[in-house]
Amino acid sequence: MSFIWAFILLPFVGMLLIPFVKVNWKGILSFVFVLINILISSYFAWQGLSGDELSFILPGSFVTGPIPIRIDALSGWFMLIINLVFLTGGFYGLFYMKAYRNQSQNLSLHGIVFVFQHAAILAICVIQNSFVFLIVWEILALTSFLLIIFEHEHISTIKAGINYLIQAHFSIIFLMIGFIWVASKTGSYDFQAISSFSSSVPEPVSLLLFLSFFIAFGIKAGFVPFHTWLPYAHPAAPSHISGMMSGVIIKIGIFGILRMLLVVKTDLTMVGYIILVISLISGLYGVMLAIVQHNLKKLLAYHSIENIGIIGIGIGIGCIGIGSGNQILSTFGFAGALLHTLNHSLFKSLLFYTAGNIYQATHTLEIEKLGGLIKKMPQTAILFLLAAIAICGIPPFNGFISEFIIFTGLYNWLSDATLFSLLAAVSTTAGLALIGGLAMLCFTKAFGVVFLGSPRSDLPSSCKEVPFLQLIPLYIIAGMIILIGLFPLVFIGVLSKPVGLFAGSILQTNQTQIEVFGVLQPISFAAWLTVLLIIGLFLLRKYALKHRPSISGPTWGCGFVAPNAKQQYTASSFVRTYTKLFAPFLVIGKHEDEIKGIFPQKVKYHTAPYDKVEKWLIDSPLKLNKSFMGRFVFLNNGKLQIYILYGVLFILAVISIPVIYQSLNSFISFLKLL
Amino acid sequence: MLSVLLITTAAFFFTGIIVRVKSMASGRKGPGILQPVYDVVRLFRKGVVYSETTSFIFQIAPTIYFASVIMAMLVVPFGQSSGVLGFNGDFIFFAYILALGKFFSIIAAMDTGSSFEGMGASREALYSMFAEPAFFILMGSLALLSGHTSFQEIFAALHIGSQISYALAALATFVILMIAMIESSRMPIDDPKTHLELTMIHEVMILDNSGFDLGLILSAGFLKFTIYGALIVNLFIGVIPYQYAIPAFFAIQFLLAITIGLIESFMARFRMSHNPQFIVVLTSVSLLIFFGVLLILQKFM
Repeated sequence: MSFIWAFILLPFVGMLLIPFVKVNWKGILSFVFVLINILISSYFAWQGLSGDELSFILPGSFVTGPIPIRIDALSGWFMLIINLVFLTGGFYGLFYMKAYRNQSQNLSLHGIVFVFQHAAILAICVIQNSFVFLIVWEILALTSFLLIIFEHEHISTIKAGINYLIQAHFSIIFLMIGFIWVASKTGSYDFQAISSFSSSVPEPVSLLLFLSFFIAFGIKAGFVPFHTWLPYAHPAAPSHISGMMSGVIIKIGIFGILRMLLVVKTDLTMVGYIILVISLISGLYGVMLAIVQHNLKKLLAYHSIENIGIIGIGIGIGCIGIGSGNQILSTFGFAGALLHTLNHSLFKSLLFYTAGNIYQATHTLEIEKLGGLIKKMPQTAILFLLAAIAICGIPPFNGFISEFIIFTGLYNWLSDATLFSLLAAVSTTAGLALIGGLAMLCFTKAFGVVFLGSPRSDLPSSCKEVPFLQLIPLYIIAGMIILIGLFPLVFIGVLSKPVGLFAGSILQTNQTQIEVFGVLQPISFAAWLTVLLIIGLFLLRKYALKHRPSISGPTWGCGFVAPNAKQQYTASSFVRTYTKLFAPFLVIGKHEDEIKGIFPQKVKYHTAPYDKVEKWLIDSPLKLNKSFMGRFVFLNNGKLQIYILYGVLFILAVISIPVIYQSLNSFISFLKLL
Repeated sequence: MLSVLLITTAAFFFTGIIVRVKSMASGRKGPGILQPVYDVVRLFRKGVVYSETTSFIFQIAPTIYFASVIMAMLVVPFGQSSGVLGFNGDFIFFAYILALGKFFSIIAAMDTGSSFEGMGASREALYSMFAEPAFFILMGSLALLSGHTSFQEIFAALHIGSQISYALAALATFVILMIAMIESSRMPIDDPKTHLELTMIHEVMILDNSGFDLGLILSAGFLKFTIYGALIVNLFIGVIPYQYAIPAFFAIQFLLAITIGLIESFMARFRMSHNPQFIVVLTSVSLLIFFGVLLILQKFM
């Protein structure tokens, strides 16, 4: 109990202390505070994850009612992921923010908000009182906003931040609808009230309630079509924040959906199909747009949408499994989804941190301007490559494990299915396979263009590897990626409790656990064999080449003897065929100068990818709204007297409307009497 | 274990037979069947030339590519005898481990900074992406038909009884054959013997490789052919005893090599812009197989 108070108090202590210490200590102090909170919360989280459900009830106040705090296995799993990402992100941030030492006040705010965000995001995992949940959710939205707009002198950063803020509040509206609905019917803010309420109403109603929550959390998670804030917010934020946003903040949306699946009692088969369809679209659309991005962080942001899609596919088939009573299917679905949540937060944060390294060294994230960085920053390059292979779901790393589990679930689904679900299963399988292939296209482009070949523009002469201390958190994450790939059974064993919350009794005994997760044993073996084979072959190659001559020369230019860096394949040319094929799904603004005359002038070719969903769903309604509102602009004439008149009219209306209503009513009843 | 032995043995002759068929079709005598193997052995003994633009990626990529093909070979079964690594869902591993090799061969091509190799890399990434759904749907349909999820169990449980299943086997053969063509970059997707770098896919990616590394890439190519050949063989041999199955294996592989040789002698490569359409057709064919399976299982009510 006292730990909880310590946990709540710490951010406030931080708020008082951080502004008054020297600029070098601000970051360290805020990291220390986060570290203490990580230690406290991880202790509880681990207990929750290992199956001892913890539950405290804070007295709360007259307004909120008692505040139950429950830490079950699901909360435990997400809290540990959050802590891991904050640990590495905070440590990385210490170094990343060194470049901004001259902005002392800005750094104070950043440090304070960082501690608050950590506390808020953990609180979301455990608080089960809808009123307090909304407050904490709002704190999370505001702190994220403040963290995103760190470089607020850039107009694009402010724009991205406000975009995020507005969409985050859309999410809150839907949450409020759900919570108020339940609270007004039951009079309780406890999540258990949602549970009892939803089981007492007919299924379509509870489905509607769930959908309201799903939209709210879906906006946070970035499911298509609620994803449009994500590609702006991620690139605008400092890199450690982007890594954490992609690593945990969008995952809190996934957590919310999972929590609501446990709380809201409804027709899970239907819910499963809805989530499956949206996820499949998210997965495909995310990666389709990721491929055409030229900004490295934006590319990664779209990739987060894809991975949220993959997690969603897992959740979807899990729900269908529960709905149809197929416990093995639901086990594989939820296990895949939960493991992929961890996996994605690992490789995506690693990718964002390496992108941060690149930005530090080169001051640009435009892929087309980079190239050949592997020679200047070999460690960053290896870390990026590792994460890129992992995110494509290629063995022997962690991404393959979670995708393999989801695939196993899908093929398992085939065995006892009706025609409709068979079609769903086979199209999901094809979609997931296509996502994998597209991801490979995307990351071979990103890695190949950024790190390989020769630089495509003049890089700053200071371009070099970041200090080793800054790379430590990156190596820790990379270690985790490899560990999960090689020892999947250890991690899947930890997952048995949270998965059991959904899938039911199947994972209760060790015997059944081994039977279900036994499919991963050979995968682990195969991963080891792959690694050993590669090492063995490499040693063989080394031995074979020991006494052979090794010469270096220019790249074979097919007869052309004066190639230069500008003639290399660029990112745009790498994906040109793809862009042509997928043109119906993409919007790409083009600016092209024509080449004229015998001695042509310098010409420019510029492309700017845009988002079709954003165009139709956000831009055109806004435009309509604007043109409609424009008709009333005459009211806004800047004369004080008129404004006072509006006020008087408003007060008059407030007073007179009930009076008029009443007299109308009595008039109608009088008519009826006649 | 048996499958590994058979696949490697067949790999020694496969490419040689294709080359021989092509030369005979064009009226030449042609080199000996083992000539491609001699070439590789000679490459293994040679020194290497590296481009100054390249990094260590270029040096490790061929090894990883070769290793990925070996790993893929280990999961392929032969009739009743399972592969060295047979497990539930091994075909997922098969597809994804080959993707590891492809990933490295693509970035190795980009490492040279040559625009030609970049072009090849781009095409390879795109085409292999399109081929993946077809493979997964095909295996999904077979898994549905047989009720199993590992290569060996699926193939052992497939028995060709009705007319529909003949049609299915023929379609499946077509799909695997075409995936094999895409993966090993042969006609009609890619022309290994073309003279212009602009029109190649796989060959242009390895322009800068030499010596031991080139040897590894070429031998991985030989193996890839017979691995896919073995998959096709598996569609038919089912539970036939070994004394018939083993000759059948070599007969089918031989037939396959001749077919490829003949296709390459009498057909032109597709236009590059038609390739994606063609590969999407493959997905439709595998969907056809899926519906065929639904027919057999009487899921249409």
